[in-house]
Amino acid sequence: MNGALVGIAAAALLALGLGFLARRGRQMGLEQWTVAGRSFGAPLVFLLMAGEIYTTFTFLGGSGFAYGKGGPTYYILCYAALAYVMSYFMLPPIWRFARDNHLYSQPDFFVRKYDSPALGLIVALVGIIALVPYLVLQFKGLGIIVEIAGYGALSSTAAVWIGAAVATAYVMVSGVRGSAWTAVAKDLMILFVVVFLGVYFPVHYYGGLGAMFAAIEHAKPGFTVLPSRGESVWWFASTVLLTALGFYMWPHSFGSIYTAKGARVIRLNAIFLPVYQLILLFVFFSGFAAILQVPGLTGTEIDLALLKLSVKAFDPWAVGAIGAAGVLTALVPGSMILMTTATLAANNLYRAFDRSATDARVLRIAKVLVPVVALVALYFTLQGGQTIVALLLMGYSFVTQLFPSLVLSLGRNRWITREGAAAGILAGVATVAAISLTHSTIGTLFPALPVEIKELNVGIIALAVNVVVLVVVSAAARFATARQGGLTRFVD
Amino acid sequence: MRMFRALALLPFLAMLIGPFFVNRATPTIFGLPFLLAWLVAWILLTAAIMAVIFRLDPANRDGSE
Repeated sequence: MNGALVGIAAAALLALGLGFLARRGRQMGLEQWTVAGRSFGAPLVFLLMAGEIYTTFTFLGGSGFAYGKGGPTYYILCYAALAYVMSYFMLPPIWRFARDNHLYSQPDFFVRKYDSPALGLIVALVGIIALVPYLVLQFKGLGIIVEIAGYGALSSTAAVWIGAAVATAYVMVSGVRGSAWTAVAKDLMILFVVVFLGVYFPVHYYGGLGAMFAAIEHAKPGFTVLPSRGESVWWFASTVLLTALGFYMWPHSFGSIYTAKGARVIRLNAIFLPVYQLILLFVFFSGFAAILQVPGLTGTEIDLALLKLSVKAFDPWAVGAIGAAGVLTALVPGSMILMTTATLAANNLYRAFDRSATDARVLRIAKVLVPVVALVALYFTLQGGQTIVALLLMGYSFVTQLFPSLVLSLGRNRWITREGAAAGILAGVATVAAISLTHSTIGTLFPALPVEIKELNVGIIALAVNVVVLVVVSAAARFATARQGGLTRFVD
Repeated sequence: MRMFRALALLPFLAMLIGPFFVNRATPTIFGLPFLLAWLVAWILLTAAIMAVIFRLDPANRDGSE
């Protein structure tokens, strides 16, 4: 075992230890396990919600995107900031409704709002289908980090198995508390590592930020802004908007809302989360620094930019520390996703068919499902195939389809029916699947459109289909009921 | 009345519409390409705007949930 691998192993043990400790002194009922008894104050809710920022997607994908694409990577800075602005207004009513109705999961919300267990089933399935690729992404990142930062001493396959076992163990014992406690360790470590690298690389290799960007612009003119074709300004605006809408639609992000002890906690965090987002700048700086230092990475290899540059620049012990932080960025979000997926399956799939199941029984089933979900994700991880970013973008397109019927259920005056909500979500998801499978863009679907429109994110189409179906079916359902002379079928 | 909430629209305008007008590398600000500097400035302003909204919003008075 080399020095780097010792550091990485220590991080895994730390996560395991903290994850187990998090349970201390609690009786783990379903409400404790899934939403921590709705007891978290601002700091822990902050860390759970910020958990989305520092996943392997941003650590490897963010720096890799800066390395491979340049300017378009700035979209990652913006979408979460806009999502936090929306959160101030959108999340408190969700939190209040969830507390008053004792909800545990995202589909529960749709079941109660639209008074339709069938809709809950659909939402749960959409969530699970989107979460599994997200988990695969974390496992893949974990394998890459351990293999490179450990200098190949441990294969990525072995690393993925060990990582999955660690996350499974502490999630089964401590539920969401385990994720929250390990998130504390993760964010402290990653904060230090990312800021250090983002300052050190530009200064060490170029003499400063300005000199670095000047050197990049000299070598590749226009690389640090948005290109005029492809990932253009039109792509940027539409992608930021779509991902901002989808941000809180991830079942695990939605679930983190429930853990808050009050709505004020959520509103307060809307101030601080955008600033925290800026730490990502330093991730980008590392990726930009790698452009002229470790040139020649192409395709999926761009995800390796930050690690390759670290191996080039530092001694093994320091690479081990970077790898350790990286491992936590995979384990913590991975554990959140594991718990959420198991909860969806137990609370919203199983319970839909066994209505009389007690909370205790649902909890037992959820815990048994944790290793099952982990194994499914392991299977897809080791199968290979899709790149990291492709996986995430498809998942994002799926969960974004929940946005219209969620937002339209928050107002007092509701004219969307459960039929409309279900049809809209299904139509949107089907469109996403069709687009992904045929690798379509707006350009290939509508060749006659002006080039600016063709560069819009293709997810816009699915969302538009969703909204149109939602409105038409709701109107039709209202019309049909009105003719029957009863209004009882409408949601209150 | 609740007009202060309209401030929340500014970050959307700045980050979605803004790049159409500021998509350029120069002048650099603190060494950052102009587009990046614009976005970073607006993220800081977003936090400031949310702080103002938080202070003005009666929902956040003491004793509220």
